[in-house]
Amino acid sequence: MLLSLNPLPEAILDVRGLKVAYGPVEALKGIDLSVRKGQIVTLLGANGAGKSSTLNAIVGLIGKKAGNILFKGRDVASLSPERIVRMGMTLTPEGRRIFPSLSVDEHLLLGGAAHSSRSSIREVREDMLERFPILRERLHQKAGSLSGGEQQMLAIARSMMSSPELLLMDEPSLGLAPQVVDLIFDLIIGLRDRGLTILLVEQNVSLSLEVADYGYVMANGRIVLSGTADELRNSTEVQGAYLGA
Amino acid sequence: MDMFLQQLVNALSLGGTYALLALGLAVVFSIMGLINFAHGELMTAAGYGLIFSLLLGVPFALALPAAVVVAILLAVLMERVAFRSVRGASGTTLLLTSFAVSAIIRVLFQNFISARPMAVRIPMALSGTIEIAGLHLGIIQAISILVTIAMLVGLNLFLHRTVLGRAMRAAAEDFAIVRLMGIRANAVVATAFAISGLLAGVAGVLWVAQRGSVDPLMGFLPVLKAFIAAIIGGLGSLSGAVAGGFLLGFTEVFLQAFLPESLLSYRDAFAIILVIAVLLYAPQGLLARRTVVKL
Ligand SMILES: Nc1ncnc2c1ncn2[C@@H]1O[C@H](COP(=O)(O)OP(=O)(O)O)[C@@H](O)[C@H]1O
Ligand SMILES: [Mg+2]
Repeated sequence: MLLSLNPLPEAILDVRGLKVAYGPVEALKGIDLSVRKGQIVTLLGANGAGKSSTLNAIVGLIGKKAGNILFKGRDVASLSPERIVRMGMTLTPEGRRIFPSLSVDEHLLLGGAAHSSRSSIREVREDMLERFPILRERLHQKAGSLSGGEQQMLAIARSMMSSPELLLMDEPSLGLAPQVVDLIFDLIIGLRDRGLTILLVEQNVSLSLEVADYGYVMANGRIVLSGTADELRNSTEVQGAYLGA
Repeated sequence: MDMFLQQLVNALSLGGTYALLALGLAVVFSIMGLINFAHGELMTAAGYGLIFSLLLGVPFALALPAAVVVAILLAVLMERVAFRSVRGASGTTLLLTSFAVSAIIRVLFQNFISARPMAVRIPMALSGTIEIAGLHLGIIQAISILVTIAMLVGLNLFLHRTVLGRAMRAAAEDFAIVRLMGIRANAVVATAFAISGLLAGVAGVLWVAQRGSVDPLMGFLPVLKAFIAAIIGGLGSLSGAVAGGFLLGFTEVFLQAFLPESLLSYRDAFAIILVIAVLLYAPQGLLARRTVVKL
């Protein structure tokens, strides 16, 4: 056996045999995946493959499911989203889902609602406003009046306000202009560099594999391929299906 | 002119009561997608709360808040017992559940309290009028207007200044995402019901103070009106509910005052025509919200 000098970090999330059905439609047919601490893991796949269902089930938004979801060693499969978020995992949902009539500042304050003290909310809020200067400029504007890119940053900042250890992101670059997409990806790298673990669902396969350490490919509710980002980038399946080679 | 001002006061007082009731319906609807037909029973419960507090020898000034507390407790209780298990169900299921809750509570009132009206002794000091600038104001009406204003201002502050209040506004737009902030869904829904109980309780007390009696069906008519008001305003829109309540109150009072004698019995029909006209012009209500309810 080889002793590695750089042992793999432990898994913060371990999903085993996750199944989800919407009525008669089986959307997830037994998913196994794990995410190691400090890494960016990407989940790829065509539209309708089951990526959003996977993230929503992990964070508790889908209550009815089978299988185990171990977060920091504890099975959270039966817990409510509010409990799971308070344990240190949250989701930036597909389509941003900001509250149009609430101000930017109200989003941040609500995002930090799980903190026990006002002073820690204020601290994290200040941190977010430094990271996202555009949000400071728009602090008292209604979120519905922001541009798509600004709304996405607000959605990420709102998620980060709960100070998660693991962030699930569902298509954060969807529908954004190319420069804004680059900005979002820079941000994702920045978040990883300060210790956040990220499970990233993306349409933009080449950019995701560039930032990710590891990846899974889904099709029809199953994981069909997995490997390090390099392995996936060089695999003929991924090249053929997603990278247009 | 005097007559006009007098009617204005009447309209403000009646419209304010409708507004409080409609607001209570809207607060719950905006968060749960539930039209709570048991809202009228909350009003009635406040009335009985007032009667029994007085019978127990509680001073009038304390019996009023006690009555409101009864309505709040009943609202929270009905959520816990009946509505929590159907949360997220279809609109029809929710509606039928609320019909059932309403019918059950009404029967309990009839069988365990009394099917007939019970009189409430309103202190003499409240039943008189005061004269302000040559205008004879009913004291209860004046109080009712002041209380309505205080409730509206207070609720507005709560919704904009507190975590739970902001969470309620956010939940009205996207409930699932509020849960992703680590905010307990149960806390948000229970708060919505407590507020609806508070509003119905206050409206109930004001209503009883003007009528002087309580009966099991007392809440039915005003809540039906409040429901119409909420629809005029755009169901689920809080400012719409308030606007609809005042609009309906003004319409009723001014039709009552200025319709010729021969047409007076058609007053409610004219009011309903107004509703239809509003809905023809704005099918979603005057201040409709555009979001859908998702749990
Ligand atoms: N709320 C829902 N009700 C019914 N079917 C759904 C629902 N959400 C997703 N699905 C179905 O489940 C499958 C997986 O969807 P989804 O997880 O959104 O995939 P992806 O995010 O990869 O595009 C699709 O066939 C989709 O139509
Ligand atoms: Mg998706």
